[in-house]
Amino acid sequence: MSQPDRKGHFGIFGGKYVPETLMAPLKELEKAYLALRKDNPFQKAIAAYLKDYAGRPTPLYFAARLTEEFKGCRIYLKREDLAHTGAHKINNTLGQALLAGKMGKKRIIAETGAGQHGVATATAAALVGLQCAVYMGEEDIRRQSLNVFRMRLLGAEVIPVSSGSKTLKDAINEAIRDWVTNVRDTYYLIGSVVGPHPYPMMVRDYQSVIGKEVKRQVMEKEGRLPDCLVACVGGGSNAIGLFHPFLKDDVRFIGVEAAGLGLLSGKHAASLNAGSIGTLHGSMSYILQDDSGNIMETHSVSAGLDYPGVGPEHAFWKEIRRAEYATVTDEEAMAAFHLLSKTEGILPALESAHALAYAGKIAPSLGKDRIMVVNLSGRGDKDVQSIAAKMGVDL
Amino acid sequence: MSRIQKTFRDLKKKGQAALIPFLVAGDPDLKTTGDLILKIAEAGADIIELGVPYSDPLADGPTIQAAAHRALQRGINLKSILNLTGNLKRKTPPLVIMTYFNPVFRYGLKAFAEDCRECGIEGVVIPDLPPEEAGPWIKEARKTGIDTIFLTAPTSSPERISLASKVSRGFIYHVSVTGVTGVRGKLSEDLELAVRKIREISKKPVSVGFGISTPEQAREVSRFADGIIVGSAIVKIIEDGGERKEVIQRVGAFISSLAAAIR
Repeated sequence: MSQPDRKGHFGIFGGKYVPETLMAPLKELEKAYLALRKDNPFQKAIAAYLKDYAGRPTPLYFAARLTEEFKGCRIYLKREDLAHTGAHKINNTLGQALLAGKMGKKRIIAETGAGQHGVATATAAALVGLQCAVYMGEEDIRRQSLNVFRMRLLGAEVIPVSSGSKTLKDAINEAIRDWVTNVRDTYYLIGSVVGPHPYPMMVRDYQSVIGKEVKRQVMEKEGRLPDCLVACVGGGSNAIGLFHPFLKDDVRFIGVEAAGLGLLSGKHAASLNAGSIGTLHGSMSYILQDDSGNIMETHSVSAGLDYPGVGPEHAFWKEIRRAEYATVTDEEAMAAFHLLSKTEGILPALESAHALAYAGKIAPSLGKDRIMVVNLSGRGDKDVQSIAAKMGVDL
Repeated sequence: MSRIQKTFRDLKKKGQAALIPFLVAGDPDLKTTGDLILKIAEAGADIIELGVPYSDPLADGPTIQAAAHRALQRGINLKSILNLTGNLKRKTPPLVIMTYFNPVFRYGLKAFAEDCRECGIEGVVIPDLPPEEAGPWIKEARKTGIDTIFLTAPTSSPERISLASKVSRGFIYHVSVTGVTGVRGKLSEDLELAVRKIREISKKPVSVGFGISTPEQAREVSRFADGIIVGSAIVKIIEDGGERKEVIQRVGAFISSLAAAIR
């Protein structure tokens, strides 16, 4: 059976755990989305923007030196870092912003952690001609001042969030509060495969362009499908986007969560590996919570993975064992960041560095004729400041 | 018939609306909450709603968020709140718990329904659990006779109102505005119309909440609704603080003024 079901469930996960006020707008969104999914001119418009504006298809690059370094299977990198705005986020924001325009909405709101989704949303809003407000935790604003300025240059208003832990989850809470209040003219553009139905399905569909391209590209280069796909998982949109088109194929899926300072330290963001089932931000999934059901604070060196929940479809894939989920610590991700920079001349986003670090761990155990595709979900320029700080370098 | 249903039936005979004050349980501490419950009962509350503090209260505005945060820092959770209400031994008007879904899910739906019954809770409102997702909860609540109170909003279609009515026991909670909880200068102009729309579809009592904060507003809403829920305005008095006894007195006086306005 195709997932999700008609009510937005992936097995027991997903669904719509939201205030009544949002139930009608979610239905309206689902209807608009499903109608436009079959609308040829609209799909062509999205495809044209992805190609001429966002720079797709992004290359599938055979990383010869990295392959040599890892001493195992052949490593390909899916270069989402080369997409416009520097990450896979644009695939989703273009689709949703065009949808919002079609629905007659005047204003887009979004949440952002590291600022990548905020920048991609501000970009798409500028392109479509919509007003844009981005909620961002005060703590993240401090950590990512460059992205804050980029969003402002793109014409977006950045609204600081001072509630709770002042990070991504609180930015989502505040965006939902805004949406509940301004529901009639406002479109909430969620940045990952999280939130109430239809968001996990819709964001997955928009991100699936990644895996569809990989399928074609790897056939061209190798004449066969890859053996395994590796991607980092925060909310999980770049992983879903890469994996989903291979769902029915004999291909291993490996999602990599942030272990922060280590799973035992309690300072991590590994919802699938160390969390339990519950509801957060409108859907049921694996979440990090205490005994009373309160959401816990998370830690990761990578702001994009620093989130106490995960997309419901990942939770479902964990349950049915379609995908494996591993973890990588801050330190391992940092080492992978430096390794890729020096062996291939590519600065990866710290999020993507998690996927690379795990690829390096398992590559030696896979034969030299095996093929692995690692999603290089974003570029690392945004992380340069925090990496310098970690290294004790004054810029 | 539950005590909540009886309350509405009796008030209807007198042509009056129910006064339903809301407190964040454990703000500033559980002992004060216990005293406040007794005080507002004496001051004229017909039903009392207790909010469960939660880390991510996305339907709440700044006032209740802050109160929840204060209570969480004291380690208040469902268990400690049920302990408190259990000790009150039903010497109060009917008590209703308002909680986000995750704490209930974590507690266990069956255990929660049973412990509510044990501890004198007669109704439960879960603002982020729409009827579509509520099947398992309704099943447990029916077994223990806990009233399940669902919400309607200005965006609810007639179909959704009908759905909320079908699964609601005790009363329907109508959210007066598109937005979060909090004090507002004036009521929504369409509010009376919205309540009339619900009445055309449902025979169940309709209580109105979100944004009612003064005796004048309470009086206005009592003309067309069966119940009036007042939350943030009370929580604000508690937030303003002061000597414990005085705070309790001030809350009591405020409830009395609301009761006087709608009687």
